[in-house]
Amino acid sequence: MKTKPGAKEKKNTTAPPPATAQPPAAARRPSVAVFKFASCDGCQLSLLDAEDELLAVAGAVDIVYFPEATSVMRKGPYDLGLVEGSITTHHDAERIQHIRRQCRTLVTIGACATSGGIQALRNWKDSSGLVRMVYANPDFVRTLKMSTPVAEHVPVDFELRGCPINKSQLLELISATLAGRKPNFPAYSVCLECKRRGNICVAVARGAACMGPVTQAGCGAICPGFDRGCYGCFGPMESANTASLTARFRILGRSDDEIVRAFRSYSAWAWQFRQAGEECEKS
Amino acid sequence: MSAKTNGGSRSIKVDYLTRVEGEGSISIKLKGDEVHDVQLQIFEPPRLFEGFLRGRHYLEIPDLVARICGICPVAYQMSAVHALESILGIQVDPAVRLLRRLLYCGEWIESHALHIFMLHAPDFMGYPDAIRMAADHRELVELALRLKKIGNHLMIVLGGREIHPISVAVGGFFKVPSKAELHALVDDLCWARDTSIAAARIVAGLEFPDFEQDYEFVALSHPDEYPLNEGRLVSNKGLDIDAAQFSDHFMEQHVKYSNALHTRLRERAAYLVGPLARFNLNFSKLPEAAQQAARECDLAPPCLNPFRGIVVRAIEMIFACEEALRLIAQYEPPPAPRVEAPVRAGAGHAATEAPRGVLYHRYEIDERGLILKAQIVPPTAQNQKRIEDDLWRFVPLIASLPLDKIRAKCEQAVRNYDPCISCATHFVRVERVS
Repeated sequence: MKTKPGAKEKKNTTAPPPATAQPPAAARRPSVAVFKFASCDGCQLSLLDAEDELLAVAGAVDIVYFPEATSVMRKGPYDLGLVEGSITTHHDAERIQHIRRQCRTLVTIGACATSGGIQALRNWKDSSGLVRMVYANPDFVRTLKMSTPVAEHVPVDFELRGCPINKSQLLELISATLAGRKPNFPAYSVCLECKRRGNICVAVARGAACMGPVTQAGCGAICPGFDRGCYGCFGPMESANTASLTARFRILGRSDDEIVRAFRSYSAWAWQFRQAGEECEKS
Repeated sequence: MSAKTNGGSRSIKVDYLTRVEGEGSISIKLKGDEVHDVQLQIFEPPRLFEGFLRGRHYLEIPDLVARICGICPVAYQMSAVHALESILGIQVDPAVRLLRRLLYCGEWIESHALHIFMLHAPDFMGYPDAIRMAADHRELVELALRLKKIGNHLMIVLGGREIHPISVAVGGFFKVPSKAELHALVDDLCWARDTSIAAARIVAGLEFPDFEQDYEFVALSHPDEYPLNEGRLVSNKGLDIDAAQFSDHFMEQHVKYSNALHTRLRERAAYLVGPLARFNLNFSKLPEAAQQAARECDLAPPCLNPFRGIVVRAIEMIFACEEALRLIAQYEPPPAPRVEAPVRAGAGHAATEAPRGVLYHRYEIDERGLILKAQIVPPTAQNQKRIEDDLWRFVPLIASLPLDKIRAKCEQAVRNYDPCISCATHFVRVERVS
């Protein structure tokens, strides 16, 4: 076990200096904290769903703050902070600042924390109108107009994609942090995973509106494996050619409304999908 | 947590409820040993699902509503597809019905194993969590994890993944498993059933506070089956309605201090949904192995002690394993994975049994299939008032204890309901305005 988990990744951020002046002693297990913002709890559940590895992980790190799983609530600083959920309230916008200061390495887990999540669909709507739809007494309700990713508020060391995240990627992230190395995540699209799985291409063979060509790999191409198009729950790959996919969807006879909805789902606020949806709306 | 004493009055506050899904707190005010106020405050932040579902196409709904809850996504998918199919007049193939029930069994096993061992047992056994409990009871935690994994694995085979499965569609599934894929699960499920029986005996041996209440239990009830996807909504106090009549009998109330709307019966206020209600109202529909285990655990309907819900969950795990085995033995793949129907405008309702209790959905769609209105009433929203009522009555029994003990017991009492606050909030924060 290395003594400075995540120290390497820290350099390209502008985070306030870590609250611990000293790196953790070699004998001490790195402390891990899990924080929740606006979310469904599924990404943090992925840690508990790693049934074969959970006790080993809990032996290698010290889980000192994880309200969904433990009543232990130790104060920071923490070596590794995992953040689930998007920022949707004033209070949470302040809380994430505090959490950043407490975490040597801060990682967003899942689409909500990484790109604003499904609740970012409000970003194109009148949010007070939405509140009135749901609540009898809108005056009691305090919420921001937008749902935003953590990285719009504080520097983030790593982002784990997915709605939900892939638990193997979470374990890789924890292992890499322990070893002080960069996690090994694919940067290619779902198409590559899909080919490797031996799936028949649902876009070519069936004309399915598949988001695979522009979506970050990591899920294992499960949707095409189940005879349906990818719906983009891992969000855009970095060099996503959304214009080309939009053109393809039009050839397949999809309406502009349908194309906008395809980009506006689980990672709607990620810039590549945001731009693609807005361009389609304009045309 | 904080505890303040001021003259004769004391206030107890659990600022952040742990080992529940989502964010909430409890506030209790005592004067002497008398309870003056109890509030389960939910500060889970806003998500506004029912708002942004408007304008989405109905075919997207099963994937979208799964995201309300990472612990019980199947429940949301099931209530949604049943409600939407009722609008379109779709009758699913019997094999599809079977697979949906089987998928739900996977979620029940996974969710109940999580709650029994990882969230609730630590209260009874005096640990802050299952991981630290494993230091002294490693075998128990390992078997819990294996049980949970078997439930999750069933969901992976049917749904592609355990959290937010991707195979559920209006009209059926995108792809159905082969017989061989399901038969490969049988050995594990037999182990899980036997282990659940052993687990029931273990948790039945825990110590339960002497606390019985006159509850109104509400659950689905089906003539031939322990309820999962279908049935009438019934109670032990005379309720017997179709899901379509839900709004005639239940009302949602927006209270100042909680973002989860309180649901209450129009005529009789608070009620209880979840394992205790299902068990008490449907005991005779449980398979013999589960009934037998219940008897051995000294558990018979009506069980009125909510703390014994942990035993009832174990009994329901036996049921879910038995039921999964029964369904797998009967399974023949359907002629087509799903049926389609022309879209038409209308409104539809459905209620199914999430692991935590009745989950009601209602949708209105237009002639293009776009959502005009969505209403979702999750189990924890329904239990919220009942949780507070329990605390009103439970706190006087323990009021002489030191404040930190009172706090811990109150948290345990809240966990009896396995509250899923992420679902329960109608997804908006409400701050207390004093």
